[in-house]
Amino acid sequence: MSAAAAPAAAPPDPLLVRVTGVVKEFATRSASPFRRERLQAVAGVSFGLRRGETLGLVGETGCGKSTLARCIVRLHELTAGELLFDGADLSRATQSELRPFRRRMQMVFQDPYGSLNPRRRVGSIIGDPFAIHDVAAGRERMRLVQVLMDLVGLNPEHYNRFPAEFSGGQRQRIAIARALALRPELVVCDEPVSALDVSIQAQILNLLVDLQRELGLTYLFISHDLAVVRHVSDRVAVMYLGRIVELAPAGLLYASARHPYTAALLAAVPAFEPGARSRRAPLVLAGDPPSPLEALRGCRFHARCPRAQARCRAEEPALESRVGDDPGHLTACHFPLADGEAPGPATGSGA
Amino acid sequence: MTPVAPIRPRGPWRLASERIGRDRAAIAAIATILLAALVAVAAPLFAALTGHGPAEQFIETGLSSNGIPVGPGHEFWLGCDGLGRDVLVRVVYGARISLLVGVLASLLAVVCGAVVGVSAAWYGGTLDALLSRLMDAVLSLPYLLLALALAALVGPSTGISVVVIAFFNWAAVGRVLRGEVLAIREREYVQAARALGAGHARIMFVEILPVVAPTAIVYATLLIPSSIGFEATLSFLGLGVPPPTPSWGNMLADAMAYYKVAWWLLLFPGAALLAITLAFNVLGDSVRDVFDPRFERSVARARGGAA
Repeated sequence: MSAAAAPAAAPPDPLLVRVTGVVKEFATRSASPFRRERLQAVAGVSFGLRRGETLGLVGETGCGKSTLARCIVRLHELTAGELLFDGADLSRATQSELRPFRRRMQMVFQDPYGSLNPRRRVGSIIGDPFAIHDVAAGRERMRLVQVLMDLVGLNPEHYNRFPAEFSGGQRQRIAIARALALRPELVVCDEPVSALDVSIQAQILNLLVDLQRELGLTYLFISHDLAVVRHVSDRVAVMYLGRIVELAPAGLLYASARHPYTAALLAAVPAFEPGARSRRAPLVLAGDPPSPLEALRGCRFHARCPRAQARCRAEEPALESRVGDDPGHLTACHFPLADGEAPGPATGSGA
Repeated sequence: MTPVAPIRPRGPWRLASERIGRDRAAIAAIATILLAALVAVAAPLFAALTGHGPAEQFIETGLSSNGIPVGPGHEFWLGCDGLGRDVLVRVVYGARISLLVGVLASLLAVVCGAVVGVSAAWYGGTLDALLSRLMDAVLSLPYLLLALALAALVGPSTGISVVVIAFFNWAAVGRVLRGEVLAIREREYVQAARALGAGHARIMFVEILPVVAPTAIVYATLLIPSSIGFEATLSFLGLGVPPPTPSWGNMLADAMAYYKVAWWLLLFPGAALLAITLAFNVLGDSVRDVFDPRFERSVARARGGAA
């Protein structure tokens, strides 16, 4: 990040959210009561979120994307690290101290079947933010709810219905309406379309993009679907085993991935145009990611990386701009790929 | 703005009450319970009508010359007991005790169980560990033995019966509700409420309690008959409702000395006990079915099978 050292007092901070060295560990149940195992879901993540941008966060299931998202909206306590929201330090804030910030940051969850209480009417669910923050009550609340329903493309007359009477896409619209009720600045979207039919996904993505333009929202957009992330993101961060391994403007990342893991992910996306596949040699990663319970030394990817060398096993690479790259293109790799290079064993002398 | 939609879909509670209305067994059970409640309330009316108090003895008319109680007849419609008291009036007054103790004890048990179970699951950690072990401990007590000891220690009374019965039942309710809340707590709609800044109380009353309420209601309905039975057991053993207050349990206990010559002493309180516990059990089953989301399907299957 270019302005990482800027004092917090500086006038408008271009970064809405600043995350520094965030760690989230969970205690796990272990066989012996004397040995407490700890699972490190997020292992020291740092990045900034610029006002008005969409930062895509991609990675395999279990890489810590959702945990990171929940840390940022402080549904989780942070084990370590710092979280700044518009200059305010929220890393140790209590739930009551967080209350005023809850209006400014919201979350859209993955499963629209799970994120709406099945026993409550939709109007009452969307009206929750107004009730919780004492914004409006009675007829006024109902009017605001109907305006919101209209905004996200739902029929405002349906406010009396139950979630079960809506389709998956409509339910996600309900969840989006609820998240936008208090006009937040930051919306964390945790896989907002992965539970939806492919035909509905585009509708919801376009809705999110339109709303961003209309309301000036900042998105942290989490997905395991690279095509979806590419469609909406300005910048993309790739996560592997609790760490960001590459972060770059979307165009650069898709055109010239530096990290072998990113390259492997991109190569795994099926190509639709004939002949397109030949541009990138498919790379199939061997094995599964190591267990996040094990203490890891060196690069987290070394066990599966075709380019791994002795240095990768000993020393963890920093997330930084590599020689010759755009200053906004950060890679955590000792032996980054050159443009167009297949992610085979390294040929150059990276060390 | 568009005009307010006239359609208001039926909510889960409305749906449940409509389903109950279509269930004949449930209707019969409710009718039985209402009848019993009505009779219990109108007990003094029976006393006035027959001219016999519930604890009044009629040595002259109620007992034969050799001390055998007289059977059902013109003077004593349901016969007399061994002390010359009117069985009808006593059964009717006994309904008061049974319903009172049954309903109060189950309500107390469900409320305590809900408070403990829900807070254990919601707050978790040390509190959960402590409360869960407490529930395990209560569930592992030999309840009849302890109930007898407790009642003997403080002396039999109606209030003590309610407390003793509630004490041995709340833990089962608490454990079930704890399990339900543990599952609901991690649902995304609870997380969404937290992300919106909802406090503990709001999440509890808006998001969690309405979802576990059907379970609590089913438990309460099924606990009533077992509490009534428990009360009868305590009274039967002389540790529940103290004589001369009539309860179905102590009436059955009294009947033990006479049942060979006076069948009515066993039959009428026994039948009343059976009818009311059966009615509450049937109602409890129906309530459980009615809150089951698969209700329509299971009813359709049952009807298809019968046809």
